[in-house]
Amino acid sequence: MGALAELAGDEKNGEGSRTFVFSNEGHTLGNALKTIIARYPEVDFCGYTIPHPTEQKLHFRIQARRDRAVDILKRGLEDLEALCDHTMVTFEKEMKDFNATKEENT
Amino acid sequence: MPKPKRDEPLLYMEEYRVKQDPQDYGLADEVFTMEVFKKKMQISIVKNDEDGLEFDLIGVYPAIANAFRRLMLSEVPSMAIEKVYIYNNTSIIQDEVLAHRMGLLPLRADPRLFAYRTEESPEAGTEQDTLEFELKVKCSRRRDAGKDQSNFDDIYKNHKVYSGHLKWLPKGKQAQIYSESTVGCIHEDILIAQLRPGHELDLRLVAVKGLGRDHAKFSPVATATYRLLPQIKLNREVSGKDAYLLQSCFSPGVIGINENECAYVKDARYDTCSRNVYRYPQLNDAVTLARVRDHYIFTVESVGALKPEVIFLEAVKVLKKKCRAFINEIDAK
Repeated sequence: MGALAELAGDEKNGEGSRTFVFSNEGHTLGNALKTIIARYPEVDFCGYTIPHPTEQKLHFRIQARRDRAVDILKRGLEDLEALCDHTMVTFEKEMKDFNATKEENT
Repeated sequence: MPKPKRDEPLLYMEEYRVKQDPQDYGLADEVFTMEVFKKKMQISIVKNDEDGLEFDLIGVYPAIANAFRRLMLSEVPSMAIEKVYIYNNTSIIQDEVLAHRMGLLPLRADPRLFAYRTEESPEAGTEQDTLEFELKVKCSRRRDAGKDQSNFDDIYKNHKVYSGHLKWLPKGKQAQIYSESTVGCIHEDILIAQLRPGHELDLRLVAVKGLGRDHAKFSPVATATYRLLPQIKLNREVSGKDAYLLQSCFSPGVIGINENECAYVKDARYDTCSRNVYRYPQLNDAVTLARVRDHYIFTVESVGALKPEVIFLEAVKVLKKKCRAFINEIDAK
């Protein structure tokens, strides 16, 4: 538990700017999430870094003016989850179609 | 089922550079919504045989395609030998080298049916998280071998230790659920060691579930790669000798030559995208090489425990679970 933390230093900057620290995550989640969140119109800045290659930590920065950073992060994760669901459904459907046409041809 | 034609964003491969399409503003300004994503994203299965699975993932961001590839390589679990108890090893292969070789043997056991070992699980493991094997081989001289025989197969018995010598030791009730053929080594002909008369191996092997990021032996795929779909266009007619020269510049089957000795693009898909054509001044202007920026051709080759399509689905599931875990943590705060 406690795989998600917040980096100190943003207390005066309002709720819109935060650096989140993901434990045991890397480029796989970081980059995927970044590409999604960076494309929300209300987000001013979004980026991620892995401060040290041997430390399993991911620093994820979000800056926005109106919305809370946590809410944006949550929305990003939810969108990524929905994207996964849609990918799975599409893939399974295509696989079924592919196998069906293969059966027909044999 | 015919798919609706879409605008393909291209990356042009010129002689010394890669150029974006002037009409293509890239990915930076796009706004992400699930509706747009659902409309754009397409998957089509191209090939699924013993050589592996090939499918197209179209209309996604590079980071998403890369995430799936990385997940297949290092975050989808599989079973592998983790501990090797060496009771006797008088062969010339060192204990640690032998143990490492044992670890790399691919096992058929379905990782979805097993649990990870935890801190609490006993040293010996339980039937839910552990598979045990033994390897007992002793090499001896064949009595019936004549003096004039020089072939090792004729004069020695068991002088080659193969993965087929591995014997599964069912733990608890495992024998009722699994069989040797569903958990054992996938290939029977992997050479583990060579022995000489008097050499002996006596090992007990413990296999557990693990992740590829911990050790490559836990990776369920032999390869999982993607590349962008190549596109080749002929700008003018190329015929005669030049047509054959053009054909030789590309991978076999990419360029065809018709009855009028004119070259045409037969199938650009399997081109390796070398820029060999640009070496010939007479062909320099004849072709436009490009790749479709958001058309990913995935190739997934399984080691054998899981089917490649299952590995891909498991990978997507892993990403989904990661997201869910973090959403739950945010909600709990």
